[in-house]
Amino acid sequence: MTETFYDVLRRQGITRRSFLKFCSLTATSLGLGSAAAPQIAHALETKPRTPVLWLHGLECTCCSESFIRSAHPLTKDVVLSMLSLDYDDTLMAAAGHQAEAILDEIRTKYKGNYILAVEGNPPLNEDGMFAIQGGRPFIEKLRETAADCKAIISWGSCASWGCVQAAKPNPTRATPVHKVITDKPIIKVPGCPPIAEVMTAVVTYMLTFEKLPELDRMGRPKMFYGQRIHDKCYRRPHFDAGQFAEAWDDEGSRKGYCLYKMGCKGPTTYNACSTVRWNEGVSFPIQSGHGCIGCSEDGFWDKGSFYDRVTDIKQFGIETNADKVGATAAGVVGAAVAAHAAVTALARARSKSGIDIKQGQEER
Amino acid sequence: MLAQQDAHEAERNARLVKAVYVYEAPLRLWHWVNALAITVLAITGYFIGKPLPSIAGDTSAQYVMGWIRFLHFAAAYIFAIGFLGRIYWAIVGNHHARQIFILPIFNRNWWGEVLYELRWYLFLVKEPNKYVGHNPMAQLMMFLFFTVGAVYMILTGFALYGEGLGAGSWADQMFGWVIWVLGGNSLQVHNMHRLGMWVTLCFIIVHIYAAIREDIMSRQSLISTMVSGWRMFKD
Repeated sequence: MTETFYDVLRRQGITRRSFLKFCSLTATSLGLGSAAAPQIAHALETKPRTPVLWLHGLECTCCSESFIRSAHPLTKDVVLSMLSLDYDDTLMAAAGHQAEAILDEIRTKYKGNYILAVEGNPPLNEDGMFAIQGGRPFIEKLRETAADCKAIISWGSCASWGCVQAAKPNPTRATPVHKVITDKPIIKVPGCPPIAEVMTAVVTYMLTFEKLPELDRMGRPKMFYGQRIHDKCYRRPHFDAGQFAEAWDDEGSRKGYCLYKMGCKGPTTYNACSTVRWNEGVSFPIQSGHGCIGCSEDGFWDKGSFYDRVTDIKQFGIETNADKVGATAAGVVGAAVAAHAAVTALARARSKSGIDIKQGQEER
Repeated sequence: MLAQQDAHEAERNARLVKAVYVYEAPLRLWHWVNALAITVLAITGYFIGKPLPSIAGDTSAQYVMGWIRFLHFAAAYIFAIGFLGRIYWAIVGNHHARQIFILPIFNRNWWGEVLYELRWYLFLVKEPNKYVGHNPMAQLMMFLFFTVGAVYMILTGFALYGEGLGAGSWADQMFGWVIWVLGGNSLQVHNMHRLGMWVTLCFIIVHIYAAIREDIMSRQSLISTMVSGWRMFKD
């Protein structure tokens, strides 16, 4: 008989009371309301456990670091115990051939029924030689395990967009998962790293309801990436009032004014930081006085300074932004117009005097 | 004596003035409303990207950024709805109203006349051609910088507006795909929208200069035409 999540939890020494608390917390964080808590509990008690394979490509492991710091201690126990039982090369006890054997076992035993979580991305240059695991390029491992999976979770900005290793000039040709695996449903959970509670909630949702959460255009779960940081920022009233920190440590900065002028990317960043926050809900970057750097957005390393609002546009050369390009263009056009007007006036003056002379001669 | 002198001068400077009704009233109204909307959009837009100096005081009593953004959005609605109205007028109005939407790009003569106008602006020919509507060069520029530019600004602008209204809002449903098409990072779209503002400014400089210049130089009225609707040919 295949064991359920609940069985696994009880075996781990988790009480039923704690289990139910976890169910209500998850229901709330998913925005499902209290009525969904028993549903989650029921699902976890009855459904056979869905295995999750957690692969690591080119990455820094900050997603895992974030994940194991999930606010609710039980959350990490629940999800982590489910995961580590199967495969996660940085967290599991097994190593070497023993570890790699788990991959094959899950692939055959749960064919088409396991979830593949990918942290990091595969580099494609030099036949993928920039990420070797178990003596093989990571890209091969990814393709093999993805072939039989049910769905893929792209953890973090690396797997979702490419992140720092894909920043220009991207020497290893690090490529986000959805550009390599195109025939599986992929759910992106971007962020560098993503928020722990967001990660655990996404996994729990998928395991409980056996379907993907609703995704936005970019393939991110709407429940956590449906709004910008700016939309729920507690400093938003200062933005609307026109009260900004103009420099670090100035009066406005001390008063907690909006960090828009200091380059905060909150208005262009979709994430749940301003609502869920970090480290057990303690704080988030803007709350600690630094603007959002937009780490969950595509190509955030290549979109200019973290400290400018109108940021550099790399296509126009180093340190050139829309205003510099535009003001230069307007200046050139203005100068050209002035020069043209001058030549016109000159030419007209000349031709006019010519006519007058001619007419004068005719009259005589 | 004086009368004789005047008669003489009148005879010497006499010009046959012909007039044609070119721009109908709705089109003229649209032009000036549109010009005002663009002015408001450019100024408020500039300050949305680079806000005014911070103001102190009670936060709940201030709404500076809010008003700037409100003006921007209100002007954007006027600009966009005006543009739709302009498209409608291109259909029901006279044939001059269609000029900035449809270019006769398959007409060899038209391209020839574009080149002729170019040579006129480069001082290579002495006299410009006369046109009832836009000259071919003006038509080409109006299409590239105004018509295409307006569509670009409306698409990017309302896509960004949809972000504020929120996922699932009408603007997000209708224009949200623009951000996705342009790479998915809204910061990029903000920058591109701002570049569009600068391109529009360049267009305005040339547009106003050309109108004033042609009014003086090209034997036909331009500025007053957009007020009264009548094109006057001065010789």
